[in-house]
Amino acid sequence: MSAMTEAIDLSLYAKPESAGTLGMDVAVEGISCGACISRIEGAVKSLPGVTEARVNYTNRRLHVAWSDALTEPSRIFQALADNGYRGHPFVALRAEQEEAAEARHLTRCLAVAGFAAMNIMLLSVSVWSGNVTDITPETRDFFHWASALIALPAAAYAGRPFFSSAFAALRARTLNMNVPISLGVILALSMSVVETANHAEHAYYDSAIMLLFFLLVGRTLDHAMRRRTRAVAGNLAALRAETAHRFKGDELVNVPAAALKAGDRVLVRPGERVPADGEVVGGSSEIDDSLITGETARRKVANGATVYAGSLNYSGALTMRVTAAGGSSLLDDIERLLEKAASAKSRTRRLADRASAIYAPVVHTTALLTFAGWYLYGAPVHDAIITAIAVLIITCPCALALAIPAVQVVASGALFRRGIILNSGDAIERLAEADTVIFDKTGTLTLPEPRVVNAAAIDPALAQQAARLALSSRHPLAMALAREATSRVPFDGAVEEPGQGVRATIDGVEARLGSASFCGAPLQREGEAGISHIYFSCAGQHTTFAIAQRLRSDAIETVQALRDLGLDLHILSGDRDAAVRPVAEALGVPQWRGGLNPAEKIAVIDSLKAQGRRVLMVGDGLNDAPSLAAAHVSLSPISAADVTQAQADAVFLGERLGPVNDAVVIARRARRLMMQNLWLAALYNLIAVPVAIAGLVTPLIAALAMSGSSVLVTLNALRAANKSKTFPEGDPS
Amino acid sequence: MNVLIYLLPMALGLGLAGLFGFMWALKSGQYNDVDGAALRVLSDDDLPK
Repeated sequence: MSAMTEAIDLSLYAKPESAGTLGMDVAVEGISCGACISRIEGAVKSLPGVTEARVNYTNRRLHVAWSDALTEPSRIFQALADNGYRGHPFVALRAEQEEAAEARHLTRCLAVAGFAAMNIMLLSVSVWSGNVTDITPETRDFFHWASALIALPAAAYAGRPFFSSAFAALRARTLNMNVPISLGVILALSMSVVETANHAEHAYYDSAIMLLFFLLVGRTLDHAMRRRTRAVAGNLAALRAETAHRFKGDELVNVPAAALKAGDRVLVRPGERVPADGEVVGGSSEIDDSLITGETARRKVANGATVYAGSLNYSGALTMRVTAAGGSSLLDDIERLLEKAASAKSRTRRLADRASAIYAPVVHTTALLTFAGWYLYGAPVHDAIITAIAVLIITCPCALALAIPAVQVVASGALFRRGIILNSGDAIERLAEADTVIFDKTGTLTLPEPRVVNAAAIDPALAQQAARLALSSRHPLAMALAREATSRVPFDGAVEEPGQGVRATIDGVEARLGSASFCGAPLQREGEAGISHIYFSCAGQHTTFAIAQRLRSDAIETVQALRDLGLDLHILSGDRDAAVRPVAEALGVPQWRGGLNPAEKIAVIDSLKAQGRRVLMVGDGLNDAPSLAAAHVSLSPISAADVTQAQADAVFLGERLGPVNDAVVIARRARRLMMQNLWLAALYNLIAVPVAIAGLVTPLIAALAMSGSSVLVTLNALRAANKSKTFPEGDPS
Repeated sequence: MNVLIYLLPMALGLGLAGLFGFMWALKSGQYNDVDGAALRVLSDDDLPK
């Protein structure tokens, strides 16, 4: 707990608010029920000088503001810790803020469109029923003008998301789905105004506004889903953000790793991760580079050695000097490979774009032909134009524009509930296309941290005692043992002897945990590669715990399930062959290779691509980042290196490998539903367009057909959340 | 049908009032924590002790 006594430098996070107060957002771990809200707010508000503390339960964050009276802001975190919560200072990413602003804009547009749609439908229903009974032309004109008064300003306001996108597409000389939408809305409204001025029986204000309303519903839902996953991802990033102990003269100050600059001197204690790339200037230790290269054997480092951000320090305290990013050859290599992979990646065209690329020209040509046909047939210009516009309105891609987003919303919600967070919107489509899966070994098929592997051979009560004693140590082997502890309360008076082990008196008997010599135990022969031993002695009895990388608990079932889906499986690892073979054999994957560097991994992916395969790459190490970028679609566990996570199309949470299977199953179902929806929309057009071309479409028919097809498509999309065929849902947090 | 001259503006006015009410609620942050609002209603910490 020595880290707690050091001052935490919060200057990077606290922002000045009104009247001399500072404010900060904190991502809080452990909020699980309604009572947490008042407990947290009460605890933080009771600190002198805190002026505001408000929990946002939806995204699990605390906003806190304080004045000068609060001399040590880090007491906020202490207050949270005292109540059983862990707080991490949080800075909203620019992308998250922009999305919040866009979501508010969409919601306002939706509200205006909803208001207008309700009022105009009220007037339109009166006109429709009046037209078949006894409405006077004056009253009808009055209703039409009133509709125009509502519809024109409402469309000008609520249509902006579509108009601006359509305008941008046209300026870039392309067509997207928003072009026919905007054209349809604008034409329907202008024609309605002309018709109203001519005292006509029909006007299309309702169609135009209903169209906007339905489309906005789809977009708002889509956005809300994306924001929710983004908020969780933001919290996870804050929880992962490492702090570093920076020397300020001779004193140590805790700063966020992001605030480190080249030339800073930093202390890395045993059991901590290296916060930045740098060079060792003092001390010696063994470090674990498995997050960087996939290599599980530890590396000895001393003065002058290069260390990389994310490596785990094992045995001794290191003083290091931070070097500028990109100063090391490994990172340069990876950077260069990443650039190449990103530029070589052909931009796969999204299903929606492909559909609209076919759709828009067809609709516009049909409308034009309708006009030409009626004109040549001898109809007056006015009637020909009206029929052509009716074709445009009725084909307006209401269902088409909902067909894919609606499925995406439902599918990404289903993925989110299974602990999979999407980074890119079209990942679902690409996941569905994958026919080959390449796994990295270290940290992907195996758990990111080592575990006890001989638990079955040890008396459970004794193991629990050792595990509880291990809670008092920061040594990585002890921390691996501590994960087995059911009680999270350390023994009173446990003392850690640096580099030796930890001892405590339990029920009057001294117990020791640590190296063989510290415990007076016979040294175990270092047998199989990758297994380390930690010794425990209590009342003259010696026990040895073997610690090693362990497969994720459901790795075997998941690999089998993926094989059953017809996927071809490979393992490509940066680790030694001797370490990869047992894993490959346990999983029954015959196609495996070890000792690969990043460029060789990419070469394998490229050769598979050349055979026409669509590769799904699952990896976590920094060395996997280029292969993730090169693959058709990619997944990484939440424990992955930051650079790697940024490349992945989706990130999965938790200790299970099952989400990989779930992701493929849900994505395939989603893609099937997208295709069904596109066909439904096409079928609707196939029926509606001839009616429109024949000039038989009244506003009533247009409204019914449009809402009917939209509802049908949306209902079909709901099936994407179907629970069968995936593993049981886990807790995403 | 003269009744429409004032009934229609009245109906529109009421609808607009609702719309502005929603906009105000949105702007004042009442939709920022939808799940929390449902739970806060159950806590009694605003009662005098």
